[in-house]
Amino acid sequence: MFLINCPFCGERDQSEFSSGGEAHIVRPKQPTELSDDEWAEYLFMRKNIKGIQFERWNHVHGCRKWFNVVRDTSNDKILSVYKMGEKPPVNYK
Amino acid sequence: MPNYRIHKTEYIDETKRVSFKYDGKTYFGYEGDTLASALLANGIHLVGRSFKYHRPRGIVSCGAEEPNAICQIGSKKDLTEPNVRATELELYEGLEASSQNCWPNVKFDIGGINNFISPLIPAGFYYKTFMWPKSFWKKVYEPLIRLSAGLGKSPTEPDPDIYDHKYVHYDVLVIGGGVSGIIAAKMAAKNNLKTLLVDDKKILGGSTIYQNNESIKIDDKLSSEWLKNEIQEIKKLSNLTIKTRTSIAAYHGYNFLLAKENLTDHLPEEKKKNKIRQRLWKIRAKKVVIATGSIERPLVFNNNDRPGILLSNSINKYLDYYGVTCGENIILFTNNDSAYETSISLHKKGIKNIIVDLRKSASSELIKQAESLGIKIYFNHVVTNTFGYRKINSLEIMKLSEDGNTTVGNKIRLSCDCLGMSGGWTPMVHMHTQSGGKLDFRDEDQVFLPKENSEDQISVGSCNGDFDLENIIDKTVNKINKFLDIDNQDYQDTNIICSKENDKRNIWLLPNKIPLGKTKCFIDFQNDSTAKDIKLALKEGFRSIEHVKRYTTTGMATDQGKLSNMHALGIIADTAGVKMGTLGTTTFRPPFTPLTFGTLVGRNVGKFFEVVRKTSMHEWHVKNNAEFENVGQWKRPWYYPKNGENMHDAVQRESKAARDSAGILDASTLGKIDIQGSDASEFLNRVYTNAWSKLAIGKCRYGLMLNEDGMVYDDGVTTRISENHYLMTTTTGGAANVLSKLEDYLQTEWPELDVYLTSVTDHYSTASICGPNSKKILNKLFPNLDLSDENFPHMSFKEDKLENINCRIMRISFTGELSYEINIESKYGNSLWKMCIEAGKEFNLTPYGTETMHLLRAEKGFIIVGQDTDGTMTPSDLQMDWIVSKKKYDFIGKRSLYRSDTIREDRKQLVGLLTDDPKEILEEGAQIVSDIKSKPIDMLGHVTSSYFSPNLNKSIALAVVRSGKTMKGQKLIIPMENKNINVTVSDTIFLDKENKRLNA
Ligand SMILES: [Zn+2]
Repeated sequence: MFLINCPFCGERDQSEFSSGGEAHIVRPKQPTELSDDEWAEYLFMRKNIKGIQFERWNHVHGCRKWFNVVRDTSNDKILSVYKMGEKPPVNYK
Repeated sequence: MPNYRIHKTEYIDETKRVSFKYDGKTYFGYEGDTLASALLANGIHLVGRSFKYHRPRGIVSCGAEEPNAICQIGSKKDLTEPNVRATELELYEGLEASSQNCWPNVKFDIGGINNFISPLIPAGFYYKTFMWPKSFWKKVYEPLIRLSAGLGKSPTEPDPDIYDHKYVHYDVLVIGGGVSGIIAAKMAAKNNLKTLLVDDKKILGGSTIYQNNESIKIDDKLSSEWLKNEIQEIKKLSNLTIKTRTSIAAYHGYNFLLAKENLTDHLPEEKKKNKIRQRLWKIRAKKVVIATGSIERPLVFNNNDRPGILLSNSINKYLDYYGVTCGENIILFTNNDSAYETSISLHKKGIKNIIVDLRKSASSELIKQAESLGIKIYFNHVVTNTFGYRKINSLEIMKLSEDGNTTVGNKIRLSCDCLGMSGGWTPMVHMHTQSGGKLDFRDEDQVFLPKENSEDQISVGSCNGDFDLENIIDKTVNKINKFLDIDNQDYQDTNIICSKENDKRNIWLLPNKIPLGKTKCFIDFQNDSTAKDIKLALKEGFRSIEHVKRYTTTGMATDQGKLSNMHALGIIADTAGVKMGTLGTTTFRPPFTPLTFGTLVGRNVGKFFEVVRKTSMHEWHVKNNAEFENVGQWKRPWYYPKNGENMHDAVQRESKAARDSAGILDASTLGKIDIQGSDASEFLNRVYTNAWSKLAIGKCRYGLMLNEDGMVYDDGVTTRISENHYLMTTTTGGAANVLSKLEDYLQTEWPELDVYLTSVTDHYSTASICGPNSKKILNKLFPNLDLSDENFPHMSFKEDKLENINCRIMRISFTGELSYEINIESKYGNSLWKMCIEAGKEFNLTPYGTETMHLLRAEKGFIIVGQDTDGTMTPSDLQMDWIVSKKKYDFIGKRSLYRSDTIREDRKQLVGLLTDDPKEILEEGAQIVSDIKSKPIDMLGHVTSSYFSPNLNKSIALAVVRSGKTMKGQKLIIPMENKNINVTVSDTIFLDKENKRLNA
């Protein structure tokens, strides 16, 4: 059961949050210009990394804000949290 | 009656005699006893039958690792509890317990015949034998296995006990109240850290609390005396909470732990009443100290499972803690020093005993002490067999060869009435591994140890592989100082004297002259798996410990292999010729010991099981005899039976009334999202498939929302209240998810949009009035409102007051009838409803529920998202291409509508179905085919909605059918269990295609 440091509310129990999968996948600005394969790349393909992963979380039973999390999926340690629109911390990757 | 209680101890209160029943017979024990110690005091060792061979089994241990002494407590249908370990159950007045897994009784057991046919029951027997013939499973094998196996009986009525949950936060949690746990807790608490110390026993002190050997001393006192002093000290510390009778069930990530506190299990029946039985502690700790100790290992030799064979240290505890001796002529069989403590203790109390030691020699203080007391020791010897049916009466020993692989010389037969075995110690690393920690293997004494200590979790004491007292105390103090970053000096000058073990010899499977196939060397007592089974599994090609475990069922019983896992691993390693440490271990899963369901659910039972949402009109519905349906968490009126009507009759009446005159529905549960901001129109353009920019103020529009994969996600009507203000409605069940999804897009993809979303589902109550007379009823309620089609046409919105209270009125329809939805602030919902009912009386305004609503909309061919769709339907599949804007550049899911898969012509598509026999009602979910002759039958789709329409006087249905769009007029078949129903594909709209009724 994670303790997640919501950038707006502080540390809260995981049960207040919902996970939104991989972060930094930008919705294409002009979907109609894309081939089936390109669209499928956006729609379906996810990295599912063992190790350091950038992912989205929503404080759904709290402030309802979405934000980003850097998590090591091999030990579940959350290394960093940052707001939507902010650049990912450079010391990971 | 025999009495094996041979001396007084401070833990047994002999002034308080307790009577209890075991297998129907009354016995006596004392306050302070466990069921196991009381049974042993009465000379009872035989407590059950083994699972597979039904061999007689006795008490083996004194704690959580007990595999045999598990019993059924009580006989009441609601309070009986199976699989309780007698070694942990504190005795109380009126306790009724019975042995499990033996029928008809423990002394004469029919399944015992399995013992004699055991060559026929090898590893994997159940997998192999009961496979064939298949038809035998249900009628022959399964009932047979269930009858002769089975571990106890579940209660058959609801548990009347009260259970509680509690959330707590601590700086430091210490698990285990033995020497190292007490030291850790004291150091933490004295350093101003808010500390919690938990221990599963009634009192603190672990195994040191009854230690009385003169060769083990701390500051010139017996270690037990020293420890009692420490316990007195820590009880004075104000920021230390001590919870006894509390065991950690699970250690989750981020130092979140679950602990079960037993509050009343030890109390007499009458004192249990109206008290909380157990409390589940949900603990968040910044740092966790694991001090869970270790458990003694058995030894694996032929017939090592007879009643009267116990772990050596358990014999010691029964003697020194409970004052009970397990026999009068005891043999201790060991490969390490700890059995010598037991031996010396027994000797001092006048109990005759001898020692059989695997080691060639040994030279520690303890051994010298035993030798000087004249205790007979057979070094370099091994027990090769035991005798006695209901209890051990003698055994055979032989000399070990130089390499320990075989026996040499002659058998020596020794008589005894009890055998203590000690195969060394296994550190309890469960908590460490549950927290995600890895293990290392120490060859010297064949133990798995915590590999690393993280910054928020540490293991100390014997669960960390430190076995002698000096080591335990010194290392615990050093590690805790570092771990908590403190500088505690309390133990700086503590003077510890203890015996040091110098010699070790470990043999996982002890040698024997008898071939392995003819021996019974048990590894897992509860599941009856033997060394032979493990070897057979390896011979058959199993290699992974996880596979061997499942194939032989080793370690899979209620004790989870606490005594057996190490031996299984050892024998696998030896047989396969690999190093033990390279095999890994099986996974230690929570809970450490079984939990009752009651503890897990706590107070969330009965009406607290799930959150219930009720509308403001709920009371009226109840008074008017509504049957309710659960929709999400909402209670919605399903139908309102009158004069003993059944559901069908009520729905037929309600449906007819709604079309003939007027009906009223409580629509308050529909999700409502208030949307405001200068970009609100643009936002709706992007989330719905149709165009929104041109929707005039005061108008309503139906919208279909897709997922990015192009599949229909939700639908509803949205009203433009003012220039930058919309009110969106969603399905009842989808409200929360739709809001989350919209927030997601707003916050992450389109943060530039000026839009604010607020859930207002609970803020408004909604009465929906439909039918040809609805306009007249509205007119009575709102006499000043111009209801003409010119002023208030279909799909438009007005505001008016009802006795000074503002109402939002939408002329929208989900039934195909002329229809109005009146929204009012929730607190006035019930009054609004009553006023509508009153105004509608002269028009036979009939309240109707969700079932009638579903029927009415099906007549009109309106879909219900989640009933007619299942996450694989595009708008085109639903024959709703009209709602997908061709002009809009983009909206959620648009690009997916022309992926190669979504443009396939042979997708499943929504159609109407009419039965050839108009009275025949199809079953929702029924399969649809066109040809039942060629096998396998080609499945075309299934029925999604089906009703008998009283307004059309025939059965109607909606269905999804492969290529359904092109099949209008075609005959299809619905094969049912006892007949085939013939149907014809029709249009999805069954009634009023021209929308005359909407504008009536
Ligand atoms: Zn928050």
